[in-house]
Amino acid sequence: MPQHDVLVIGAGLAGMRAAIEAHRHGANVAVVSKVHPVRSHSNAAQGGINAAMPEEGREDDWESHAFDTVKGSDYLGDQDAIEIMAREAPSDIIELEHMGVIFNRDERGRLGARSFGGASFARTFFVADITGQAILHVMYEQLMKAGIFVYEEWFVTSLIMLDGVCRGAVAMDMLSGRIEPIQAKAVIMASGGLGRVYEPSTNAMICTGDGIALAYNAGAPLLDMEMVQYHPTTLPANGALLSEAARGEGAYLINNEGERFMGNPRNPYYAPNKMELASRDVVSRAERVEIDAGRGVDGAILLDCRHLGRQKILERLSQIRELGIQFAGVDIVEEPIRIVPGMHYQMGGIKTDVDGATSIEGLYAAGECACISLHGGNRLGANSLLETVVFGRRAGLNAGNYASSVTQPVISNAVRTDEENRIQAILNRDPTGDPPAAIRLAMGQSMHNNVAVFRDEEGLKKSQEEIAQLKERYARASIHDKGKVFNYNLISYLELGFMLDCAETIVAGAIERKESRGAHTRTDYPQRDDENWLRHTLVTLKDGKPHMDFLPVTITRWQPQARTY
Amino acid sequence: MEVAVKIKRFNRESGSAPYYEEFKVECQEHEMVLDALIKIREYQDQSLALRCSCRSAICGSCAMRVNGHAGLACNTKITDALARSDTIVVEPAGNTTVIKDLVVDAKPFWERIGKVQPWLSPTGPTPDHEYIVDNADMLALNQVMGCIMCGACVSDCTVLEVDKRFLGPAALAKALRFAGDPRDGIQAERLQKLGQPGGIWDCTHCFECVQVCPKGVAPMDQILELRHKAVQNGFVNNNGARHAESLANSVKRSGWLDEKRLIIESYGFKNVGALLALIPTALRSLLANKMPPLIHRKRPGADKVKRIFEKLESK
Repeated sequence: MPQHDVLVIGAGLAGMRAAIEAHRHGANVAVVSKVHPVRSHSNAAQGGINAAMPEEGREDDWESHAFDTVKGSDYLGDQDAIEIMAREAPSDIIELEHMGVIFNRDERGRLGARSFGGASFARTFFVADITGQAILHVMYEQLMKAGIFVYEEWFVTSLIMLDGVCRGAVAMDMLSGRIEPIQAKAVIMASGGLGRVYEPSTNAMICTGDGIALAYNAGAPLLDMEMVQYHPTTLPANGALLSEAARGEGAYLINNEGERFMGNPRNPYYAPNKMELASRDVVSRAERVEIDAGRGVDGAILLDCRHLGRQKILERLSQIRELGIQFAGVDIVEEPIRIVPGMHYQMGGIKTDVDGATSIEGLYAAGECACISLHGGNRLGANSLLETVVFGRRAGLNAGNYASSVTQPVISNAVRTDEENRIQAILNRDPTGDPPAAIRLAMGQSMHNNVAVFRDEEGLKKSQEEIAQLKERYARASIHDKGKVFNYNLISYLELGFMLDCAETIVAGAIERKESRGAHTRTDYPQRDDENWLRHTLVTLKDGKPHMDFLPVTITRWQPQARTY
Repeated sequence: MEVAVKIKRFNRESGSAPYYEEFKVECQEHEMVLDALIKIREYQDQSLALRCSCRSAICGSCAMRVNGHAGLACNTKITDALARSDTIVVEPAGNTTVIKDLVVDAKPFWERIGKVQPWLSPTGPTPDHEYIVDNADMLALNQVMGCIMCGACVSDCTVLEVDKRFLGPAALAKALRFAGDPRDGIQAERLQKLGQPGGIWDCTHCFECVQVCPKGVAPMDQILELRHKAVQNGFVNNNGARHAESLANSVKRSGWLDEKRLIIESYGFKNVGALLALIPTALRSLLANKMPPLIHRKRPGADKVKRIFEKLESK
């Protein structure tokens, strides 16, 4: 049985950054990932990474970054964590630059920033519109340089729990189908988001909430799961994301009257000052209102980039242009492109402290699967890349320190055989059950219909019932591929189980929170209710069901105010 | 519309030979080949194995051959794939071992990447702030940084087909990402290493990698850029650089290629062993009447060619 001090689950930005930090501090680290590290979904972050780095010609300060984030979160973010993120952002960006990221420069050769939604100043540093990819590939270069071992294309099926303490993970080598417990003194969950719970979603097919569900099933509480971000600019055909960078560079959103509706007070979510660059939750609601009022174009809104000019588009938005041509047949240089709000990001996740520690000893979490909580009810663009590096680093350091203080426990070989038997029983089912894909599609549509931009009790209850029924069908679903080698049929079945657990907690949180805050807009409770609901929802698995608790929001210096853009 | 997709199937576990299987799948006009493959996997044959994830040509998972050429299934339109045939033929990527259906062994790909010291290696003291560099230098790296490591170029590289020691287009493009980065401190060392056998001089400019790259990285252009940098840095003491120089000199001198001299100058006059080893080849070409003329004469108009050279060299 392989042994490590620290085992990182997930090889996106948060996971690799955590692994590098633990390695720097002397820990024996390994990373396990169901895909090669550079296939991770951090790739998809296009627009940039935030930091307040004031200098000549660029006004800013960390407090402004922190306040914008607090306001963006609709005051649900924990302000102690947000302060840490805003204070530590500059040094982490500089470190990325030293590692080799080819950030855009200004005319003096210093880092140059662009504007992003919900931000008071231009503080988003970027590499064209491939910032996530550029940083992810550099982080992988650093992982190779450090010689950190990667269990590549290994799928984690469960966590190893010993007397309530996490001591590793059981994983399947997808190449051979072999099941192997990987022992570790500390585990860092960095498995990313759960976008595929929704259909459509901007997320990659690997974003199936594995780590969130693994931790939940091991007893870790999840925080604010109802907070699901719909991004304002996604393609109707396949849900693909067009980065906020387009609006950051000055693109307009227009309705079928050719009007920039973000400036018209007849839309209750208009934003006279920030216009298109209000927070994502606000813009998505405004778009939905326009479409529902019949002011859309074929059920969509138009994103107009034409006035930016060919040169700027080619230099800074080339990937967006490519996506438009490939997936919608529209060249944004020549004509406006149809977009709709689409599911994009999970603000909630495994509850952690500011050092990545979860409620389970030995288990840490960072990145999208974690909830510290930085983003509260709504994440600002370009804060998620930042979260991965700042809190990946902190989780790596903390988990490494913890690992050096404990001894490697003895793990029984029954851990392996139990898991082998469980998986074999799934493979042995008779072939009359549903294919996993049909169940996933039904789940995704239910979530998109009822747990999206606007929600109400009736729809949420309907989804709750549907998810419960789908869980029953899931228990009888059958796997047609009985082989060992790259059995994606089995993998997608296991992923679906994780997704159904996530869906259940999202709906539970959404039913519970009887107010409108951030991305969670209840048409039956349209107002933000600070008196009763300035608090986190906390969901824990008890007797096989989600159990709700509440936690106060940490407020350091910014008292809740009305939120206008 | 109903689309016919013919997939090359194989499973290492079964022990049987690869075979083609045709599926009929209902698709929309705007959909990609990947959409068709996913539908087949989800509802027709759940054992179909392929790597895929982002669906937007950014993760690089789904490189495979569509109608004989490598590319990403996720950005190959079904209507484009059907433009010249009634059936879409999907096969695994080339120049590596197939594991199951469209899943190939990615290890050799990453081993080649690993050989170019694929990380920034600054030498001087680390500044407190960012490195001060020209934005134009950063923008110039955007093209190679756009590489998503999908391996389409490696799949269809014609040199790799015959010589597994070749570093290949992806690794060499990655090498330029550092050899062209003003922050890197070991560029000369990199260029010297890349000039060795298996490196930049082994590309035959067949353009396949440029053709199949889904991200416009144009690996061959980057290899030519590396050659240019290598020569500029004085790394000319190798067969490849001598070959390029001899070829240019010959054309400049006589208006056409002196093949005999090209061989001798590429290996170097003093490389007696290599030259002696060429004697059998020379004899065979003599017998086949393929020997170049003993005296290499100027072509008519050679002076004009020379003037072109002189004009370019004076720039």
